[in-house]
Amino acid sequence: MVHIKRLQEDGADILAVVGEIDASSSIELDLAIAKSVGEGSTKILVDCGALEYISSAGLGVFMSYIEEFRDKNIQMVLFGMKDKVINTFQILGLADLLHIRASKQEAKKLINELSV
Amino acid sequence: MGAAITWLVMVFSDVTVMFSDLKVLTPDVPLWLPRVMLDLYVICLFYYYKFKIERDESLNFTDLLWRVFATGLVATVFSLSLRMLDFLLGSTKLASNVFYIDVEYLVNLGLLLSFLVAAGTCWKRLILYQKSKWLLRGWLVFEVALLIVLLSDNIQVFLQEWIVITMSILTGLLALILSANMKWVAYLNFKQKWTSLLLLLLSFFYLGYFFYTVTKFSDDISGQIKTLTGSVNADDTTVFLDFGSHAFNIYLFSFVMLYSIFSFLVILFNLPTSSVFEQKLEEVVNFQRISQSVQTEQSEESVYRILLESSVSSVFADAAWLEMKDDNQQQSALQTYQITESDARKIQGHLNGRNVKGILDQSSDKTKNLSDHLASLKGTRFRSLMAFPVSVKGEKIGTLALLKELPEGFNKEMMQIVSAFANQAGISIENFRLLKEAIQNERYKEELKIAKTVQKSLLPDKLEKADDFDISAFSESADEVGGDYYDTLRINDHQVSLIIADVSGKGTTAAFHMSQMKGIFHSLSQLAPDPKDFMIRANQALRYCLERGSFISATYFVVDSSKKIIYYSRAGHCPVLIYRAAEQKAEYLVDKGTALGMIKGKDYCNFVETNSIPYSTDDVMVLFTDGITEAKSPKGEEFGLQLLKKTIVESIAETPREMQEKLIKKLYEYTGTEEIDDDYTTMIVKFK
Repeated sequence: MVHIKRLQEDGADILAVVGEIDASSSIELDLAIAKSVGEGSTKILVDCGALEYISSAGLGVFMSYIEEFRDKNIQMVLFGMKDKVINTFQILGLADLLHIRASKQEAKKLINELSV
Repeated sequence: MGAAITWLVMVFSDVTVMFSDLKVLTPDVPLWLPRVMLDLYVICLFYYYKFKIERDESLNFTDLLWRVFATGLVATVFSLSLRMLDFLLGSTKLASNVFYIDVEYLVNLGLLLSFLVAAGTCWKRLILYQKSKWLLRGWLVFEVALLIVLLSDNIQVFLQEWIVITMSILTGLLALILSANMKWVAYLNFKQKWTSLLLLLLSFFYLGYFFYTVTKFSDDISGQIKTLTGSVNADDTTVFLDFGSHAFNIYLFSFVMLYSIFSFLVILFNLPTSSVFEQKLEEVVNFQRISQSVQTEQSEESVYRILLESSVSSVFADAAWLEMKDDNQQQSALQTYQITESDARKIQGHLNGRNVKGILDQSSDKTKNLSDHLASLKGTRFRSLMAFPVSVKGEKIGTLALLKELPEGFNKEMMQIVSAFANQAGISIENFRLLKEAIQNERYKEELKIAKTVQKSLLPDKLEKADDFDISAFSESADEVGGDYYDTLRINDHQVSLIIADVSGKGTTAAFHMSQMKGIFHSLSQLAPDPKDFMIRANQALRYCLERGSFISATYFVVDSSKKIIYYSRAGHCPVLIYRAAEQKAEYLVDKGTALGMIKGKDYCNFVETNSIPYSTDDVMVLFTDGITEAKSPKGEEFGLQLLKKTIVESIAETPREMQEKLIKKLYEYTGTEEIDDDYTTMIVKFK
């Protein structure tokens, strides 16, 4: 089960992901990101501080946006991941493809730099 | 048989008694014998009919009446033939002989009694058709009362007059109350009622005839006896069996008569309403037909047909149609009764034209009386129209329209019953569809099973043998079909390639991608011995096959036995566990690699690399999928890399197969269940 909260801060969309993302709940993550993109956000921060587990399907959601974001010049930064979760990203090699930062400040800083 | 014997004894004894009486002699037989014999005769008859009529389950109501009638007929015919004999004898001496008359009288009496007892037994069955406790008790009391009367006739104790009168009144009242039980009449149909009336009428005739005959005979006899003996007070001396003086006979006669009259009147007055009862019965039967149609009928069409037929016959409609919405087509199908499809469509069109909501636009879910709108349609013979919705799970699937030529042809009861039919048909159709769905699901399951077999066959049943290493592999999938894949292939005499892969997601799609992976492995490993090359080409091959968000993690190995080196490339798969026998230490290999299908472009080559590690004797390499490390204990803790390493190290001295078995056992112990929620796959290689 996953719960996704969305709020805006300094012109960026912050998606706070709470809970676990598996095959069935990955759809919610997909919808949340799609909604953000659909409303014209170009800066998306994903708060993974309360993300307990992510399955390959969940990773697939992040992965599926990589090319679209590059084409539309949308920036996405993930931050606050637990070790176990970040390990999953690393094993799959997704850590090299996504922007991942430890804290919110770092993430914000990065996204502002990237948007310039 | 007993009855016949007692009757004969009675006849002889009575004749003897009378004879001796006339001659003023003391008779050889006791005076009480004729009466006792009469009682015995009655009791014998009672039991005879009890077994013959009461126990016969196959008799229905008219059969019972027929029995009464037939007994009466036989008795009457017999009695009439005796009369004929009388007539033939004329006024011969024999004919006027008192003994001859007495015998004839006794024959008639026997016949009458037999008829009465037969009728009484039949009435008993009719009265007790719908038994209640009180009714049974009432009947028992009545029977006992009759028995007392029968015996008391015999004993000739002269009770006080008021007691006799009270008892008679009480018995009479009881007989009246019992006679009010006429429930069986309701179950007769129209034809049976007419038959019953006729049979009862004839029975009246028999009763009347016998009553007259028997009374006349007894009068004759007593008259003759009087003249013969010269005595004025003949009753004191005469012991012959006067019908009238025997109270039991009177009681029984009255009871049979009473119930016959009651039945006759009740049936007569029930005649006009019998069609209603029959109709109700038919409705029940129709109801059953609709509800049972799921088991017996082959299609939904037959349910519709039964609904149409039942509704028409229940409300006497002149015409009807049933419009069913088709799942696939916009055009709905019509089933019609006594009306052409074009006429039905014309009425529909007319109603639609007048913008009448709720009949055939399939939007209303209410029963509607649309007769008023018919009046304005010219060229139709119908004056009443009623529409009923047929719904399945609250969704309207069709409309039943009933038509009558009479204006105001439908009443409230008719509407209710047809509504009930329509509902029941809806339920039947729903059940029918559920059944179909269940069969369909069963078929899907069957097909999944086939898919599982096919998929199992994609995994190699034999792994490549090599002089250099032992190998063992295991795979178990959570769903019917899984997404894990492993395989081996010999490239040349000193190189063997191995692969382990995990398709993201589970189930059928994962299995399809797995089969693609197998194709890629078998074609590419021959062409691209370099693991990085293999991955780049595999990524290229897969990028258009995988849908958005899907990817495959894999690790590809080439074991070179001439150089004793393993070349490998990891594409997002779980790290390899390697145990070095020389150092007695196990470790996970840390390196770079992105899963296949994540990067569609050419720059994937920047995200994979070829690594090489040397191996020596007794080194062990463990490949696995994330199903194993992510297997959860009941507490929700993951099996994890550390426990995996520990489990492997514990059994490091054993063969790969034994190691694998221990690992799987440990895994099931850890999760505490036979149910797995991800695919488990492992391949263990031990070098020589």
